[in-house]
Amino acid sequence: MSTFKIAVIGDKDSILGFKTLGVTTFSVTNADSALSVLKKVVKEDYAILFITEELAQHLEEPIEEIKKRFLPVVVPIPNNKGTLGIGMAKVKESVEKAIGADILFRKEG
Amino acid sequence: MEIRVNPTRMELNRLKKRLQMALRGHKLLKDKRDELIRQFLLRVRKNKELREQIEKELTEAFAKFLLARAVMSAETLEEALMYPTARLALKVEKQNIMSVYAPRFTWEQEKTTRGEDSSIYPYGFVGTSAELDTSIDTLSGIMPKLLELAELEKSVQLLADEIEKTRRRVNALEYVLIPKMHETVRYITMKLDESERGALTRLMKVKDIVRAKV
Repeated sequence: MSTFKIAVIGDKDSILGFKTLGVTTFSVTNADSALSVLKKVVKEDYAILFITEELAQHLEEPIEEIKKRFLPVVVPIPNNKGTLGIGMAKVKESVEKAIGADILFRKEG
Repeated sequence: MEIRVNPTRMELNRLKKRLQMALRGHKLLKDKRDELIRQFLLRVRKNKELREQIEKELTEAFAKFLLARAVMSAETLEEALMYPTARLALKVEKQNIMSVYAPRFTWEQEKTTRGEDSSIYPYGFVGTSAELDTSIDTLSGIMPKLLELAELEKSVQLLADEIEKTRRRVNALEYVLIPKMHETVRYITMKLDESERGALTRLMKVKDIVRAKV
């Protein structure tokens, strides 16, 4: 079986640490270059793509597009400034889509 | 509105068969939807917990990393991290959840440097700060969880998609197709009964005329 790679996209300060773990890092500062990296990554054999929420919020459409595919998996992660709650919002979105009502997050308001 | 068909006995038979098929399909799809939702809920609960945990831990790791950056100069830091010792090899398998195919990841860390007892630190300890060590240690501890999260999140997304599709089908059958067919069956039976009654009265009338002539 072929092996796949993992990519991390984000600002330099947030992703530098990931490099030691043997994943490919793309340091990117603005949304435009993030988009071109995203396009490139999708074509190559990357299975998982971690992207900082800061960048993910600008790339909503292409990420939605990738959601429907088998691979790669796009996972928003917080960056060094803390979480923006986008990843959580996506989970919530899935629940609403599937069940029609939000039953997981309701308690917290 | 009923389906436009010729009110004949043959059409009625055909329609009844179709209706039966639709009812069976509806039941099956409903079962599928229920099971999909069960699977979905199992996963999404775990997904939520895992994400909460990871977001917390990652923020911590980043904070440590920031500290390391503050203590060390940017050049030394980059130099230290330039050549990673490990390469993550990811294997992807398909897992089948109610015929929704989601990826399942297995992974191993390949060492790029041979010999030497393998450490996750790609640098010597001289010239780097201890904060860097701890932050990298935390990060590598988070990695397996991140992979699990990726797996879960993808399956949740795919399941949500499939549930939506299935629910739409169930509703289309339940609220559109099946009532339509019921109505059409009623329409045809009524038409047929009517023409039967028509034939009967005609027959009686003819009989009366014939009897009057005799």
